[in-house]
Amino acid sequence: MGKPKLKELNIRREWCKGCGICVSFCPTKVLELDEKDKALAARPEDCTCCLLCEMRCPDLAIEVILENE
Amino acid sequence: MAVRDYLRERFFPHMWCPGCGHGTVLNNLLRAIENLKIEKNDIVMVSGIGCSARISGYVDFHTLHTIHGRALAFATGVKMSRPDLNLIVPMGDGDALAIGGNHFIHAARRNIDITAIIMNNRIYGMTGGQFSPLTGYGKLATTAPYSNIDHDFDAVSLATAAGASFVARTTTYHVKQMADIFQKAILHKGFSVVEVLTQCPTYFGRKNRAGSAAEMVENYKKSTTPIGSKASQENSDLIERGIFIEKDLPEYCGEYDKIIQKAMKGK
Ligand SMILES: Cc1ncc(C[n+]2csc(CCOP(=O)(O)OP(=O)(O)O)c2C)c(N)n1
Ligand code: SF4
Ligand code: SF4
Ligand code: SF4
Ligand SMILES: [Mg+2]
Repeated sequence: MGKPKLKELNIRREWCKGCGICVSFCPTKVLELDEKDKALAARPEDCTCCLLCEMRCPDLAIEVILENE
Repeated sequence: MAVRDYLRERFFPHMWCPGCGHGTVLNNLLRAIENLKIEKNDIVMVSGIGCSARISGYVDFHTLHTIHGRALAFATGVKMSRPDLNLIVPMGDGDALAIGGNHFIHAARRNIDITAIIMNNRIYGMTGGQFSPLTGYGKLATTAPYSNIDHDFDAVSLATAAGASFVARTTTYHVKQMADIFQKAILHKGFSVVEVLTQCPTYFGRKNRAGSAAEMVENYKKSTTPIGSKASQENSDLIERGIFIEKDLPEYCGEYDKIIQKAMKGK
């Protein structure tokens, strides 16, 4: 299997309410809020695919899609 | 199936405020169900009234959105007539333990096979921030502007004393634990109670100057500790989380069936 590799951080902008929870708790600071207060994957190359943003998002707006899924 | 396949997406974005922990409960409950690979048609979610209770509108299972405090009574009826189905009853702290307190203790005492979730935000969110039996002494609410003088229930102790055969507590910070506990609670044969500490930034948070939603979530990390940890022994202010009770006891629907068998034999 090896380490999971990120294919895409799929963020549904219409569902995101800009609470900032995903931004605050991402261990590698991948996420930011954009000028419209929507979550944005600013540094996807640093993502370790820990899934914590997907699990904590109260709006179910983030999906961490892995390579080979 | 992915988590989103269990949603009624037509109702999204949902009605909860930005940063409301109720959405995180929905998120990880669906994750638990996805891991267990339970068919949508084998789940019945029954809820009462409250922001928390709106959860039943968002899931693609059989759902009943009933009346405040009485979700467990409706769920008992469904379970007795269709014991093969999985009953999940998410409730607010007011819904479960104020108006619904009596239904709660008796469902626990009977040990009927239902998974009860208490989404504890320590406030009546839906009606504008009145204090609940879980608000706690010294806290502020719209109906306690000079601070609350009511002491709170400890939901875990209450459920345990009432006889629930599975009792657990977790928070919206500890999402992996939440999904894992939900899985075990659903599999448990008997009355399972899971208390989830969940933030209401709009009322409890604002009234009590608890900061942003993220700060409230961060506070669950600081204010809780695993059951029996060293930190817990040194600091009794920490709230314990984990599985407190998990035991095998005769389940109500099974016992009822045995009574039917006896009666049919005429003795
Ligand atoms: C019989 C009855 N009494 C009172 C109400 C008003 N009411 C609606 S929701 C609610 C309390 C909600 O608080 P909680 O159960 O903690 O859920 P939350 O909104 O915080 O998730 C009350 C008192 C009602 N709908 N029905
Ligand atoms: S946690 Fe979800 S709703 Fe909140 S900012 Fe991130 S993506 Fe948006
Ligand atoms: S999966 Fe983990 S590392 Fe990647 S963005 Fe989400 S929280 Fe950050
Ligand atoms: S009022 Fe509180 S409980 Fe209700 S949706 Fe808003 S944050 Fe959530
Ligand atoms: Mg409440």
